[in-house]
Amino acid sequence: MTEMIKRFGPGLGGFFIALVALWIIGMVLAPNLMMLNFSLKPMLFPNDIGGPKDVYTVENYTALFGDRVHRAIFLKTVWGSGLVMLATLAITYPLAFWMAKVATIRGARAMLIALIIPFWINEVLRTLAWFIILSFNGPLNAFLLSIGLIDAPVRWQGDFGVLAGMVYAYILFMLFPIYNSISTLETAQLEAAKNLGASTWRIHRRIVIPHAKAGIATGCVFTFMLAAGSYVAPALLGSPGSRWFTEIIYNWFFEGGNWNRGAAYALVLLVLCMAVVMVTLKIFRVNLADVAK
Amino acid sequence: MSHSVELIDVEQAFGDVKAVHHFSAHIAGGEFFSILGPSGCGKTTLLRLIAGFTEPTAGRVLIGDKDMAGIPADRRPTAMIFQSLALFPLMPVWENIAFGLEARGVPKAQRRKRAEELLELIALPGYGTRMVHELSGGQRQRVAIARALAVEPQVLLLDEPLSALDLKLRQHMRAELRALQKRTGVTFIYITHDQSEALAMSDRVAVMNAGVLQQIATPQELYANPATPFTARFVGETNGIIGTVRGLEAGLATLTTAEGRFTGRAGAGLEDGERASIFIRPEAMALSRIALPNSLSARAVSLEYEGASAMLRAVSEHGQELLATVPNRQLGEAPQAGEQIWLSFQPEEALILSEKGAAA
Repeated sequence: MTEMIKRFGPGLGGFFIALVALWIIGMVLAPNLMMLNFSLKPMLFPNDIGGPKDVYTVENYTALFGDRVHRAIFLKTVWGSGLVMLATLAITYPLAFWMAKVATIRGARAMLIALIIPFWINEVLRTLAWFIILSFNGPLNAFLLSIGLIDAPVRWQGDFGVLAGMVYAYILFMLFPIYNSISTLETAQLEAAKNLGASTWRIHRRIVIPHAKAGIATGCVFTFMLAAGSYVAPALLGSPGSRWFTEIIYNWFFEGGNWNRGAAYALVLLVLCMAVVMVTLKIFRVNLADVAK
Repeated sequence: MSHSVELIDVEQAFGDVKAVHHFSAHIAGGEFFSILGPSGCGKTTLLRLIAGFTEPTAGRVLIGDKDMAGIPADRRPTAMIFQSLALFPLMPVWENIAFGLEARGVPKAQRRKRAEELLELIALPGYGTRMVHELSGGQRQRVAIARALAVEPQVLLLDEPLSALDLKLRQHMRAELRALQKRTGVTFIYITHDQSEALAMSDRVAVMNAGVLQQIATPQELYANPATPFTARFVGETNGIIGTVRGLEAGLATLTTAEGRFTGRAGAGLEDGERASIFIRPEAMALSRIALPNSLSARAVSLEYEGASAMLRAVSEHGQELLATVPNRQLGEAPQAGEQIWLSFQPEEALILSEKGAAA
């Protein structure tokens, strides 16, 4: 802070600090505190607010874990987001390694462009494209039937559809951090390891993954948080059996009209995401400053 | 005795560019063999062929009389020391050294023990738990050597490993490398663009230019009897004067040049009437104030004192730049800049080489 004032003078420096403070307090802290306040109060009729029934309670939170269906959906969202994260990592890591170390510059560039161009289209439309591809009478089933791989059309929408849609939607958030960190690895190290007789698996386990761990952690954190907070993919590609926790929150706010319960659910999701970030960073022994790089 | 390396008519092309042309050499087991050439001459390509990172476009590579075609880098009896060293920065020193053993499934306790022995060998005992970034340049160098030796390679491939070190350390490491090679008996193939490095360490040196092998010889032979004009110019300092051969007799040839007529030893295959250059080492040049046979008239330009001797730079009437070594005891008679002098040489100390087919 003194650095800022030293560099820009008290006037401009103070202005910048005030802007940042306004942002953090007005846009981040205040709404979340209001949400916290909401979540700790029961839903009341307007004329009861401020009355004797307006007391602090944790019943909105206990309700989530007391309700068998909501609890199941919450846990499924956690595990589903974890699955999205792992599936995205499994697809992205070889791709990132190929782009950073194996492909020619032209090949890597072509791949990058091919991956980025679909993202020029709005997320809802992209997900809708998956809706069409995966639909019961859609092109994927038609193709699989025509080559004889399946005898009857498969209902892809549901758990599989949600997984596929999310992996596709978040692949770049995983790809870029991993690609960036692998591309800073000196190629001679890979050759040296190979020259010393190391197998491909050992080269990745001992050289590439330790080097790229900050990128992998960043990608995993991004993907998990985006998946846990996703709404479009489960809403469009899911089935009644694959409801996502965000849909429950949405329903409390906009259909159930119970903002207090919705706020409690949303905060639980927020705490979950923060916990996953912390645990992931701990596992990879990376700190937040590395992630920001 | 460790394995020999045989290169038979090896060629490597990258697209239309031929990095190595018809290279053949036999490197004996336990030999310290250098490949010397300017940067971009294809020497690193050649080393990577032997290591197995690339397969030759044509020709064969034999290590210990075994054809290496189709055998990948991780299954060849070679270990390479990279120009950048390529140590693993996230592992402590001992794990770096033992990495090759780890890849071979040696148990941890044994790996650790072997790493300690190798640390002893490279005079860095007790450094096992340090990280690579805590070491100095020379120490890293030695760790890279230990890491390569840990897998007990038959052939050690070194790609300009000393180029990042300062002069003093480089000279020290030269002696260490040479001693290590004698002690371990491993075949060393050493790549460098530094001719003094190649001459100081090697049993034999191969000189390469633009992908073409120029000559394979001992350092002494290379300096005294270069086979091509490129080698004569690249290895050590020399005075080269171009002209036409006029008369060949009893191993001596006469060359007419813009500077006059000179007699020198005829190089192999020299023919009467062809374009050729005469090469005279600066230390073979004698300084005088009068014209002698086989002498060049010149004007002194500068005198650079180098400690053990001084290097006189002069320029002839026709603009030919000339070098002559002036020993310390003759420094008193050294000419002033601008002074007219004569530089002469004995015919046995000059070599006339055909310029035919020499592109550079």
